[in-house]
Amino acid sequence: MAETKDWGMLAEFDTPKDIYHACEAIRDEGFKHWDAHTPFPVHGLEGAMGLRPSKVPWIALAGMIFGATVGFTLQWWSMAVEYPGIIAGKPFFSWPAFVPVTFELGVLFASFGTVFGMLAINKLPTFHHPLFNSERFKGHSDDKFYVSIESRDPLFDKKKTKKMLKQLGATHIEVVAEEA
Amino acid sequence: MVAKNDALDPLAGRAPLVLDNPSFKDITDAVLAPTERSSYRGWWVGFLVAVMFLGVLLVSIAWLFWEGTGIWGINNPVGWGWAIVNFVFWVGIGHAGTLISAVLFLFRQKWRTSINRFSEAMTIFAVICALIFPGIHVGRVWAVYWMFPVPNQMGTWPNFMSPLLWDVFAVSTYFTVSLMFWYVGLIPDFATMRDRALTKGRRLAYAIFALGWRGSMRHWLNYEKAYLLLAAIATPLVLSVHSVVSFDFAVATLPGWHTTIFPPYFVAGAIFSGFAMVLTLAIPARKIFKLEHIIHEKHLENMAKVILLTGSLVGYAYAMEFFVAWYSGNPYEQFTFVNRAFGDYAWAYWIMVSCNVITPQFFWFKKLRRNVTVLFILSIFVNIGMWFERFVITMSLHADFLPSSWDYFTPTFWDISTLLGSFGLFFTLFFLFVRWVPMIAMAEIKAVLPQADPHYDEHHATTPDKTEEAVAHG
Repeated sequence: MAETKDWGMLAEFDTPKDIYHACEAIRDEGFKHWDAHTPFPVHGLEGAMGLRPSKVPWIALAGMIFGATVGFTLQWWSMAVEYPGIIAGKPFFSWPAFVPVTFELGVLFASFGTVFGMLAINKLPTFHHPLFNSERFKGHSDDKFYVSIESRDPLFDKKKTKKMLKQLGATHIEVVAEEA
Repeated sequence: MVAKNDALDPLAGRAPLVLDNPSFKDITDAVLAPTERSSYRGWWVGFLVAVMFLGVLLVSIAWLFWEGTGIWGINNPVGWGWAIVNFVFWVGIGHAGTLISAVLFLFRQKWRTSINRFSEAMTIFAVICALIFPGIHVGRVWAVYWMFPVPNQMGTWPNFMSPLLWDVFAVSTYFTVSLMFWYVGLIPDFATMRDRALTKGRRLAYAIFALGWRGSMRHWLNYEKAYLLLAAIATPLVLSVHSVVSFDFAVATLPGWHTTIFPPYFVAGAIFSGFAMVLTLAIPARKIFKLEHIIHEKHLENMAKVILLTGSLVGYAYAMEFFVAWYSGNPYEQFTFVNRAFGDYAWAYWIMVSCNVITPQFFWFKKLRRNVTVLFILSIFVNIGMWFERFVITMSLHADFLPSSWDYFTPTFWDISTLLGSFGLFFTLFFLFVRWVPMIAMAEIKAVLPQADPHYDEHHATTPDKTEEAVAHG
């Protein structure tokens, strides 16, 4: 690392309770570019942070409609238009027989939409992130709870933010650097 | 009341989901211990035995490809031999995982967190074993891609009215969705392994699978929604897969197969066998890897109850098949069922009935449900019984409409070696899983610990009962 600049500030908390109340306070201060990092989803923390509902369900719905449409069209086209054959004396377009495959493809693409939509919204994979420069941050996947506030936030002020985090009960505060 | 001092009682009991009141760190340490210890002699012994049987599978398949399906015991009336029996057996086992991860998730059954990772892995490995059998049973393996709607030079398309084709879509969708469900659950746990890795190679490997997860609450929000959606999607899926498998039989106009009871009966049987396999695997694993405080008697007992319920459903279905055969007045239907119970395959029928109908009834007794040894032994009986159920159903082919073509199916050496080999594949994957992947969903377990609640101990002073309540119900 040659040149570095401050990316933001990382504060460590010991319990879900502490971080819950810290997040409520930071939300009420009006910060925009900040986040909480927890080993598991702390129940209700999204409310304490003031986050808006996830958009993943819409992508899942789009996936389901796409999959079911493709499935049904494929069966109709191949069985009734492109390659019709008399099977068990049934009509070429025997739609009840097309239900299982339509259902399965709807389910398949709904889950593609869910998983890849979730990853896309979260911008994952992101293998490089300034937070990974912090040795202490490794606790986020074990038993520690963190708040990170980015320096690009208009309310960010090295001294004041640090003081605020201290008052909220942070057990450790550090400045996180990123490559300039 | 008897249940007064019973910690495991479902209503009055106060046993926590995880015993010994562990901290978050204790959970990480306990779950990751098997993946971080450098040597496990027992593991190596088990792994090498499994790999040996995997070798048996590969040799059997190679010989099959070389020589053709004639090496099996299949004959003219019995065109579907052990390949189909094994296929349905493995798909059935693969049902518990998604049931635990999806259906129990929607019902807010928090005890599932101790066993969901484990049984999802089992599901995926069982479905891999299952997928092999229809693939190698086709005879002309080089034309196996005809199963899929691939545009080809002959201008042909698969027959979408055939249940066998529905099966291709159902089982491959099931496999894909189960794999994604499992992987999504694993992302935060891979991040834990990345952050704890001591060597560079290990850190790099787990970092790739963790996708740069940093526990961000903004990510967790979408993640949890995605997990809920996957559960909601997988619930009808898990019920549909074995229904479609049963269509392979039920849509054929053959006595003994052509019946509407098949889809629900197959689904119940699948859950029955899947839970039995979870018990068979979890009971030794929790002991060997010292996870008895995370998968404790409460979880095992709950699984025994599911086995009791689904086993009784299966028993009811057996009785109902006989009733309908008699009530329908159809002589072919009647002959098939009398022939199953008293004909050439009566031995198999009664093995099936004793393993599947009688075995689960022991679980009415609390003492037996909570006895780990009894659970383990009975779970193996259920596994055997469910294999025989599929055998009995498939073997009703041996006496078809034309008595002159009746024949008795006898398995050959290669039938047996392929079945044993599929267990080799299953256990090879399972042994690799327990050493390289956290076998318990750490992030989910941490979230159901009492201290994970942000309001934990806030009302401690006023209502001391509250925390106990929280402990009891997770």
